Amino acid sequence: MIDFGYGLTPSATLKIENVQNPRFEALHELEPDVVKCIACGSCTASCSAGCFTEMSLRRVILSLQRGREKETLPMLRHCMLCGKCQLVCPRGINTRHLILSIGKVYGLNEEDGR
Amino acid sequence: MNQNVVVIGGGPAGIEASRKLRDLGYTPILIESQPALGGKLTRWDRLFPDGVEARAILDPMLQDLDGIKYFTDTEVLSINRLKDTWVVKLSNGLSAQVRAILLTTGFDLFKAEKKEEYGYGIYERVITNADLEDWYKSGAPLQFDNVHTIGFVHCVGSRDEKAGNRQCSKVCCVTAVKQACEFKEKYPDATVYCFYMDLRMFGRKFEDLYLKAQKDYGIRFVRGRVSEVSEDIDGHLFVKAEDTLFGKPLKIKMDLLVLMAGMAPAASSASLARMAGITTGEDGFLVPRSIVGDACRASREGIFLAGAVTGPKTLPETLGEAASAALAIDQFLKTPVKQ
Ligand code: SF4
Ligand code: SF4
Ligand code: SF4
Repeated sequence: MIDFGYGLTPSATLKIENVQNPRFEALHELEPDVVKCIACGSCTASCSAGCFTEMSLRRVILSLQRGREKETLPMLRHCMLCGKCQLVCPRGINTRHLILSIGKVYGLNEEDGR
Repeated sequence: MNQNVVVIGGGPAGIEASRKLRDLGYTPILIESQPALGGKLTRWDRLFPDGVEARAILDPMLQDLDGIKYFTDTEVLSINRLKDTWVVKLSNGLSAQVRAILLTTGFDLFKAEKKEEYGYGIYERVITNADLEDWYKSGAPLQFDNVHTIGFVHCVGSRDEKAGNRQCSKVCCVTAVKQACEFKEKYPDATVYCFYMDLRMFGRKFEDLYLKAQKDYGIRFVRGRVSEVSEDIDGHLFVKAEDTLFGKPLKIKMDLLVLMAGMAPAASSASLARMAGITTGEDGFLVPRSIVGDACRASREGIFLAGAVTGPKTLPETLGEAASAALAIDQFLKTPVKQ
């Protein structure tokens, strides 16, 4: 193919209206509090893993809501389930439990070989 | 005693202050330019944060006007200082000479068509918070079919220097969340979005309403200001915003878009301020002696202010200020005129 010096890249625009998000629905059922997140970032700021890795629970939750879990699920590999995020979450979300539920619903264990 | 006090503006602030002045023994003369008293409250269906009917607040006020002389469909033609009194001339041919005037002219709803990029008045399925409230109040079926996805656009004409209003209108965040929940009550299968820059849920029970909107109603909150709206051939809307938490632009098809038009200074306040020679702020709202400690007195003696005429306010704040203004007027009128 002739190289014209430019190429088509997939649109970077989020398209959320068509997102049928059965896995998020399943997660919501298991963990109703997941929709209570106000994206304050306290969890990310206090995260033991966050200093050394890209782990951000806030981003994980948001990407699940937007149906873009592929971009953030691998982050969860770094979580040590220490529970510090739970201590600081102002919405009282049981974040440790949430992370475990995410693992269950999104099949984290197989995908990440843990 | 039975002294007259002129109250200009027959919304909740003007009515409440008039009732309080009457209770204190004065005869309020309440002037309203519209055909009926009640101001913008007449257009509300249910009020935040609890959903009480607006009627339940307004009707008892309207039934308690004994001892208040009120004139609807009436404009103020002039206000002039005569020694230590004010002479107010009205469009109905009457005039009043009083020591105290209270301005309760409230606010104007921002004209959403000024934000052309949102398409109000161009696209059929773009409506305002006031239109939606009218519809809730009418109890009529929705005039559009196939409404599956609906969005609320916060800060329309507020926090926007280009729209001429730098201020936050204070009540539209909670109103959007209230209206979003109400929409879900009527259409449980609809997907409802709120596009916000900050959510300003400052009042008692407001944050509870936000939590309920997330948890019980499944309202989806997207942090990002809507930048533009376009329409497809079927009349559906395409809304563009950045999901600023995600850090990506977002394009979404909507069946209905509600613009949260904010509070702009009332055009009538500016002309009354000119007539009375009192100060208007650079934001267009009238200026009390102190926003913090002396919120009801204007810069000139005998002119008092209450409600949204000095900036966006909630209904309870407005009613509270109306009562304070009545007390301030009472105190002023009890002080003998300096010779
Ligand atoms: S439990 Fe996981 S996400 Fe939470 S603070 Fe600890 S390492 Fe971070
Ligand atoms: S601390 Fe809680 S509310 Fe804040 S971003 Fe994390 S999960 Fe969400
Ligand atoms: S109350 Fe909310 S929607 Fe209204 S102007 Fe302020 S931030 Fe914007």
